[in-house]
Amino acid sequence: MSNAASPRLRLATVWLAGCSGCHMSFLDLDEWLLELAERAEIVYSPVASDRKVYPENVDIALVEGGVANTDNLTLLRQVRANSTVLVAFGDCALTANVPGMRNRLQGREPVLRRAYLELADGTAQLPNAPGLVPELLERVLPLHELVPVEVYLPGCPPSATRIRAALEPLLRGERPQLSGPDQIRFG
Amino acid sequence: MTPCRLRIDDRELAIATGSTVLQAARQAGIPLPTLCQLDGLSAVGACRLCLVEVEGQGRPQAACVTAVREGMRVHTATPRLQEIRRTLIELLFTEGNHVCAICVANGHCELQDLAVQVGMDHSRLPYRFPQRSVDLSHPQFGLDHNRCILCTRCLRVCDEVEGAHVWDVGWRGEHCRIIAGLDQPWGAVEACTHCGKCVEVCPTGALFHRADSSEEKSCHPERLQALLQTRQRRGQP
Repeated sequence: MSNAASPRLRLATVWLAGCSGCHMSFLDLDEWLLELAERAEIVYSPVASDRKVYPENVDIALVEGGVANTDNLTLLRQVRANSTVLVAFGDCALTANVPGMRNRLQGREPVLRRAYLELADGTAQLPNAPGLVPELLERVLPLHELVPVEVYLPGCPPSATRIRAALEPLLRGERPQLSGPDQIRFG
Repeated sequence: MTPCRLRIDDRELAIATGSTVLQAARQAGIPLPTLCQLDGLSAVGACRLCLVEVEGQGRPQAACVTAVREGMRVHTATPRLQEIRRTLIELLFTEGNHVCAICVANGHCELQDLAVQVGMDHSRLPYRFPQRSVDLSHPQFGLDHNRCILCTRCLRVCDEVEGAHVWDVGWRGEHCRIIAGLDQPWGAVEACTHCGKCVEVCPTGALFHRADSSEEKSCHPERLQALLQTRQRRGQP
């Protein structure tokens, strides 16, 4: 191929508090995924890699989901430290979206009480497994309220066409300039 | 009527004295975003999206409530105005709970469209996630305060066109919200005629038909014009 001279970029996709719909949409890239695999090495991804630990020297990281618990936060900080371009991938990453609807209950304790005590069928008890189940944060937050973000890719989920519109410039080492209803509309 | 001459951006225009800057801009085909404004209702300048800069005046003015003056020079798209408009939209998104993906108005929402128009790919302001309620006491319609941007179109259409005056704005500051009757459940307000005009003119998914699920609300605020014109032809108030 024409870009044999340029080294393949290192691409990661990350799944925090989201429904995985953005990743499903990523898979909707279909045959373009083959082209993507030629131009970038997928070094970490819930749908395209078995690696369990976030690697170093990642060029582009697509991060789906809001930040809802301590595991999300730890992973996000790792991603930020080890990646050059962090892409907030989809509405949950950008706005907290559906996971963020729990924020209206104003805190972690009211959320746990509502879910595990008030709405329980008969075995009401709060989950308690320190070290096993990550603690909820007080609020689900969008990525950029916690770490710097380079590229914003809205949509619930962003369509495959929209994802490609963001990835193609990134693969050329440029920043995507997304605009218009096809590229930046929420929802 | 005496015409009034003015310049908007680089266009020399003439329009009837007493018109607003917004009407002049629209007549000349100069795009100016609006949200609270709706033809057929009184202008209140609530959303501030139609802000323009008038030479000789330090502060931007809302075009919908600013009358044209002879020799006026108006700018509609300076970088300062574009920055203000984007910030206004970010404020609207962050002060409420707007979850486009699951909203009845997804795909037919004026706020969602304006976000695209001002280039908002994310909010630079923090989300507030306020605690707000939903009123489902009316048999046909619902009011979700999470999605309300306090444009007051519902209040004005109910008062000025339907003549029922069910709606008002209650409380102050961050507690400000639309209230039915004397802050009663909507369904308990006898003045409501169930006409649905408030739902029809609501720019977001705040007022909706209870039967609508996500993406199903598709209203046509501009239809208000047809009603008003028919009334005028028949000589009704």
